[in-house]
Amino acid sequence: MSVPLRYMLLGLLPFAAAGQTVPAPVPDNEVFKREEIGHALAAPTPGAGHTAPSAANAPQDDGQWTMPSKNYASTRFSALTEITPANAHSLQPLFSFSLGVNKGQEAAPIVADNTLYVVTAYPNIVYALDLTKEGAPLKWKFAPKPAPASQGVACCDVVNRGGTVDAGKYIFTTLDGQVIAIDVKTGKAVWRTQLGNINIGETMTMAPTVAEGKVYVGNSGGELGVRGWVIALDEGSGKLLWRAYGTGPDADVLIGPQFKPFYSSDQGKDLGVTSWPAQAWRIGGGGMWGWITYDAELGMLYHGTANPGPWNADQRPGDNKWTSGMFARDPKTGQPHWFYGMSPHDEHDYDGINEQILLDMPFDGKLRKVLIHLDRNGYVYVIDRTSGQVLSADPYGPVNSSKGVDLQTGRPILNPEKQTKLGQTVRNICPTASGAKDWNPSSFSPQTGLLYIPHENMCMDWMSMQVSYIEGTPYVGADVHMKPGPGGHRGELTAWDPVARKPVWVVKENFPIWSGTVVTAGDLVFYGSMDGWFKAVNAKTGELAWRYKVDSGIISQPVSYRGPDGHQYIAVLSGVGGWSGAVVSGPVDPRDGSAALGMVNVMSDLPKYTTAGGTLYVFSLPH
Amino acid sequence: MCSRFPIELLLAGALLTGCYRGPPPAMPSEQSDRQGAIESALSPGSDHSLVANDPRAAAYYDNAEAVNTGRMLFNGFNCSGCHSNGGGGMGPDLMDDEWIYGGRLEQIHQTIVEGRPNGMPAWGGRIPDQQIWQIAAYVRSMSLPQTLAAQNGPTPSQRPAPVPAAADQHNGWSPPPQTTNDYTTTTKGAD
Repeated sequence: MSVPLRYMLLGLLPFAAAGQTVPAPVPDNEVFKREEIGHALAAPTPGAGHTAPSAANAPQDDGQWTMPSKNYASTRFSALTEITPANAHSLQPLFSFSLGVNKGQEAAPIVADNTLYVVTAYPNIVYALDLTKEGAPLKWKFAPKPAPASQGVACCDVVNRGGTVDAGKYIFTTLDGQVIAIDVKTGKAVWRTQLGNINIGETMTMAPTVAEGKVYVGNSGGELGVRGWVIALDEGSGKLLWRAYGTGPDADVLIGPQFKPFYSSDQGKDLGVTSWPAQAWRIGGGGMWGWITYDAELGMLYHGTANPGPWNADQRPGDNKWTSGMFARDPKTGQPHWFYGMSPHDEHDYDGINEQILLDMPFDGKLRKVLIHLDRNGYVYVIDRTSGQVLSADPYGPVNSSKGVDLQTGRPILNPEKQTKLGQTVRNICPTASGAKDWNPSSFSPQTGLLYIPHENMCMDWMSMQVSYIEGTPYVGADVHMKPGPGGHRGELTAWDPVARKPVWVVKENFPIWSGTVVTAGDLVFYGSMDGWFKAVNAKTGELAWRYKVDSGIISQPVSYRGPDGHQYIAVLSGVGGWSGAVVSGPVDPRDGSAALGMVNVMSDLPKYTTAGGTLYVFSLPH
Repeated sequence: MCSRFPIELLLAGALLTGCYRGPPPAMPSEQSDRQGAIESALSPGSDHSLVANDPRAAAYYDNAEAVNTGRMLFNGFNCSGCHSNGGGGMGPDLMDDEWIYGGRLEQIHQTIVEGRPNGMPAWGGRIPDQQIWQIAAYVRSMSLPQTLAAQNGPTPSQRPAPVPAAADQHNGWSPPPQTTNDYTTTTKGAD
């Protein structure tokens, strides 16, 4: 039966008026194949040893989950075996708890001494729940009351990536730039230290790393012209021990005589000044809002640095050190041992702040102490963490902004066709500004030898524009419109073999995966989707073992713990938001594709799938 | 020492563009050097709002030049950094019919002048008042049916329609609680 034309037009009108539909995917032939641009210094030698973290960095699992990364190796591997692909179908929610905040929830629930701790998005409320009692009643609640104006200088929703329990304290950051330690028994603050200044655009969103009596944190604000830093505080008192800036003179970066970067382009005096136009380093970004990793085995601290500012790269000719790279520092003094630049003179907002996973891995015939880093720029970097030398770099998502990593110089081989330009729209740049993967961490199973990478399949159009620095306002200078990558699906869960340098299986998701993953000794990988499904897949095959629809999309970090009764539990927060979900949780109109730094262009349909929320869910098998 | 430009100097240049008819007015980015930092010390605003008629608003209704100049100023003063092209991001979207602090032209002007507590800086004294009115006219235009209808592609508000005086003669939004009707008085909200 034919429909009269005028009704068809009427049916189309709402879409036309909306002015915004999800754009067509980038064609397959726009991106490079893995085999074309992946490089390694030597062929795989899987027979040379078993890939696993050291005992110092991943001690025997005690069933707790005291830090977001599970252990210093950052494997996010749970040794619990009760839940398996065979019985996962009977997983059921045991209890849930409303967080009372309907913004993006990115935190990991923390479990220590039979208490579960969780920190919400702004206003960063902390709850402690008693796992020994039925229904996990509230033990205490702590409301830090951060300054409301901090919401206006947070680039990408008002998220918080979690806290850590150590030495009887729950330690976390607030959006307005405080680090707070709460006594886990009383729920009262032991100390609170103000570090960030919201009037110049500094916020804090990261989860602190706590080790050997020190608390390590950094600042957010790369979209507001802040000058990045990493700070060590005394765990007992909250007093500042050292601060290392991400730009500027060597003295400010804490570069001293022991600094031995592997590649020649990182060697020289005051490169944090000379690789910028005059004074631009003062407002040049290079903060730290992702993952700082402590290496208990080698006594080192690894952290990436965020993007340079402004996004318009024409305003900052030079390498823009030490942004979009990675430092290995002495945790006691903050002095760096080495630096590696993933994206010198970054032109695409490729922050270097994603996770580091510390493993012993066979390479070129022997076991090497490596750091695996899944960068926003699209490469899996395997780096010798004793020296900062890149052993291999392979794309794990859609890449055309570079043509591989030159392993002699360490630098990406830039693709001139995808370099950004002032006043000119460059189309179909892959990966997109938020990266082949953003902050949300991968996991590693020593049983399968695989990394479980939750990531994006998205690209973008980009036009650079001249921008003024006005203190406390955005300092971006780019008109960005994101779009789906090849195939049209926007997310992927990739099981990656770091030794063989290739994926073993890939699960496609309609939306980008913005949650972390956790992998268990029962051979299950748990993750959440932005449309609200919490899923378990077989770690060996990627086959879906179980899923459960929660109240709102998931962008948090699931964990696995042993309860007081000896059984295995899985905990996760719902609550869509973050940069990718701001179109649901934020004051954002889906008709403007440039909104939320161009993310809305590719996420304008998310409001049809989910609504804002914020709930803790805990699952177990019936028992 | 960072080469900072006093904001007064910058605004003196911007002031000249008030009655501008010709090439685009000089944006801040064109006036400072490439690394120029503006000493602005912006601070968040107060949490009160006013609902009244301001006679100064009249000149900015039915005024195509006001909305077009306002569009350039909106980008030049980084308003677009938070509010995008009306769709929002770090700050709220401005192209729908929901107004936290009132959506009439003079209310928008007042919000820009005073700032608001959840992160909107106070721009009064930092941007010449006439330019704030022009920015307010552009913001008011974003949600007009004519401006929305002119959207072609993923970027709205590129062809802003002049704001008809009739557009603000109704109360299509509710003022938030604890606001006053007296434009000349400012009332602090609950602490």
